[in-house]
Amino acid sequence: MSKALEAKNINKYFRKPTEFHVLKDISFGIDHGEFVSIMGKSGCGKSTLLYILSTMDTDYEGELYINDELLTNKTPDELSMIRNEKIGFVFQFHYLLSEFTVLENVMLPAKKLGKKSHEEIEHDAMSKLKLLGIEDQALKLSSRISGGQKQRVAIARALINNPMIIMGDEPTGNLDSKNAENVFDIFKSLTEDQGLSLLVVTHDNDFAERTDRIITMGDGRIIS
Amino acid sequence: MKLGVILSISKTHLLSRKKQTAVAALGVTFGIGAYVIMMSFMTGLNGLLDGLVLNRTPHVRLYNEMEPSAVQPVEKSAEFNEHKQLVRSVKPKQSQERIHNALAIIAFLKKQKNVRGVTPVVRSQGFYLAGSTRLGASLQGVDVMKEVEFYNLDDYIVQGKAEDLATNDNAIILGKGAADLLSISVGDIVQVSNPTGDIFPLKVVAFYQSGLADIDKVQSYVNIKTAQRLRGESVHFITDINVKLNRMEDAPEVAKDLEKLFDIKAVTVQEANAQFETGSFIRNLISYAVSVTLLIVAGFGIYNILNMLIYEKMNDIAILKATGFSGKDVRMIFLSQAILIGLLGGLLGLLLGYGVSLLISHVPFDTEALPTIKTYPINFDPMFYIIGIVFALISTFLAGYLPSRKAQNIDPVEIIRGQ
Ligand SMILES: Nc1ncnc2c1ncn2[C@@H]1O[C@H](COP(=O)(O)OP(=O)(O)OP(=O)(O)O)[C@@H](O)[C@H]1O
Ligand SMILES: [Mg+2]
Repeated sequence: MSKALEAKNINKYFRKPTEFHVLKDISFGIDHGEFVSIMGKSGCGKSTLLYILSTMDTDYEGELYINDELLTNKTPDELSMIRNEKIGFVFQFHYLLSEFTVLENVMLPAKKLGKKSHEEIEHDAMSKLKLLGIEDQALKLSSRISGGQKQRVAIARALINNPMIIMGDEPTGNLDSKNAENVFDIFKSLTEDQGLSLLVVTHDNDFAERTDRIITMGDGRIIS
Repeated sequence: MKLGVILSISKTHLLSRKKQTAVAALGVTFGIGAYVIMMSFMTGLNGLLDGLVLNRTPHVRLYNEMEPSAVQPVEKSAEFNEHKQLVRSVKPKQSQERIHNALAIIAFLKKQKNVRGVTPVVRSQGFYLAGSTRLGASLQGVDVMKEVEFYNLDDYIVQGKAEDLATNDNAIILGKGAADLLSISVGDIVQVSNPTGDIFPLKVVAFYQSGLADIDKVQSYVNIKTAQRLRGESVHFITDINVKLNRMEDAPEVAKDLEKLFDIKAVTVQEANAQFETGSFIRNLISYAVSVTLLIVAGFGIYNILNMLIYEKMNDIAILKATGFSGKDVRMIFLSQAILIGLLGGLLGLLLGYGVSLLISHVPFDTEALPTIKTYPINFDPMFYIIGIVFALISTFLAGYLPSRKAQNIDPVEIIRGQ
C-alpha cells in the first residue's frame, strides 16, 4: 500500500563532542491523509528525527521514502526540489524573511517552483493567508507583525505549493489556546479535504489526543 | 523565471540596506572612475608626446651615410696580413649623397603590402638672406600633400596653409623661429641661396612650429623640384626615402631587409626615438597600478560587506534552504548582489570617469610644442570604458566568490537548531 512517508531503520549518531547514538532504529510510516503527532520527553530526539524526515539532514543510516520514492542518497539539489514541491514546514520559531512582506514570504516557495504565473501565485498566496485569517496583514513587512501572526504566515507558506506532507516542530508552541485551536482545525480540514498528510511534534496533550495517531518517543526509540 | 526570483531577493537585500550598498558601490565607482580618468589622460598625453616626435618621424628612413670604408686597403694586402696594422685619421669615403636608383626603390616599396606610404625627400643646405646677414637653412624638398597625409604637417602650421606649397614651385614653408629672425610674414618673399651662392626668391606660404626651437630656426619645407633646382640636380636626385608602415612594430625587420636588398642605410623610428617607448610604458604602468590598487581596496570593501551580510542573513539562508532553494540558488543570491554592486558602481564609475575627462579636456593647455593644441589632450577611447566595466564585474565577482560559497555551504539544520 502506498505511503505518504516511510522511514526504515533510521539511525543517527552525533560524533561531537562525544559519540552519541540519538536515533535508534526508527521505522514507521504515514498514510495519505493521516494526521500523526509525535510526543516524547525533551531531548529524546524528536527534532533530530524531523530534520532527517524533512530531507535537510542527510547524515543518517537507514532509508527514507516519500510517496514511495527513495530519498536516501539523492543529491542535495534533488532534495531541494523535493522539499520545495512535496514538503511543507512549520517550525516552533517563526522563520520568516524579515525584509520581505508577508505576501512575498508566502509566495517565495511557489516562485522557486516556477510552475505558475506571478498573478496565480499571488492569488494562491492571498487565499492561503485568508484561510489562516491574516489576509489583512499581507502587505506588511513580516518583521512588523506579532509572533502568533508570524506563526500563521509560516503555515500559509508551508501550504503554498500544495505539498503532500506538512511537518511541524511544535507549530502551535507559541500560540494562545484560541489560535492553537484554530490552527488545529485548519490542519484537520486539510487532511480531510485535500488528503494532505501531517506529522507534528507537540508537547500539547490535548492537541495530540485529537490527531489520528500518536507516536511516542523515548531515548531515541519509538516506544509506541 | 528562476533567475527572476533570485534577483528579486538580492534586490530586496540590497535595497533594505541602502547605505552599505551605496558605500560598496562607491568604492567600485572610485576605482573605475580613477581608471578611466587616468587612462584617458595618460594615453591622451602619450598620444600628444608621441605625436610630437613619433608621428613626424618616418618608420623607416633610407639614405646614404657618409662613413669610412669598413675594410681599409692595407687590410686587403696579403703582404701585411701577419702584421699588426694601425691606420690613423681614417676619413669618410667619398660617396654620393643621392640614393642610387631611388625611383626604382620607391616603385618597389609602393608595391609592398605592409607599407602605407612612401615619400621621397631632397635635403638641401642653404642660407636665408636678410640684407647682409645670412642664416643657415636646411631645406626639405617634399611632396607637401603627402607630408600632410602621413606626417601631420598640418598640425604644426601656425599661419597660412601647407597646401599652398603644392601648386607653387617658388614657395616655401618657413619655420616660425626663422621667420621671427627675418621679420617676415606670410605672403612675403624670402631670398634663399644655395651653398654655391645662387639666389632663389621664394614666396612664404605658411609658418610652421615644431616645438623644437633649434629646428624652427633652420628647417623649412619646399617642393622637391625646388630643392633639386637649389642643388642643381636632375629629377632623379633623391637624398632620402621615408617609409610609413601600417604597423610601426614592423619597422626593424623591414629596415633590415631593405639594408640588405639595396645596400643602403635604413634607420627605424625605434632607433631614432628609443626614449619615447619607455615613457609611454611607464605612464601606462602607473595608471594600471593605481586603478588596480583602488579596485582591490573596493574589492575588500565588498568582500567585507558581503561577509557581514551573510552573517546577518544566516536565518534567511536557513529558511530559503528549508523551503526548497538549493545551495546554488543561495550562492547566486549573494553572488548576484556582488555583481549588481559591481555593475552599479562600475557604470557610475564610467560616468564619473567620462565627466571628469570631459572637464579636463576643456582645461586650457598651452604648449609651444603643439600649436594646434589648446586644451589638455584626453583620449576618449571606448576601449577604456569596456575594460573598466569588465574590470568592475570581475573584481566584484571575485570579492563575492568566497562569501557566497560560504552561504552555499551553510547547513540549515545547524541554524534552525541554534534558535
Ligand atoms: N548538534 C548536536 N551535537 C550533539 N548533540 C546534539 C546536537 N543537537 C542535539 N543534540 C542532542 O541530541 C538529543 C536530541 O535533541 P533534539 O533536539 O532532537 O531533542 P527534542 O526531542 O527535539 O527535544 P525538545 O523537545 O526539547 O525540542 C539531545 O540530547 C541533544 O542534546
Ligand atoms: Mg525539539
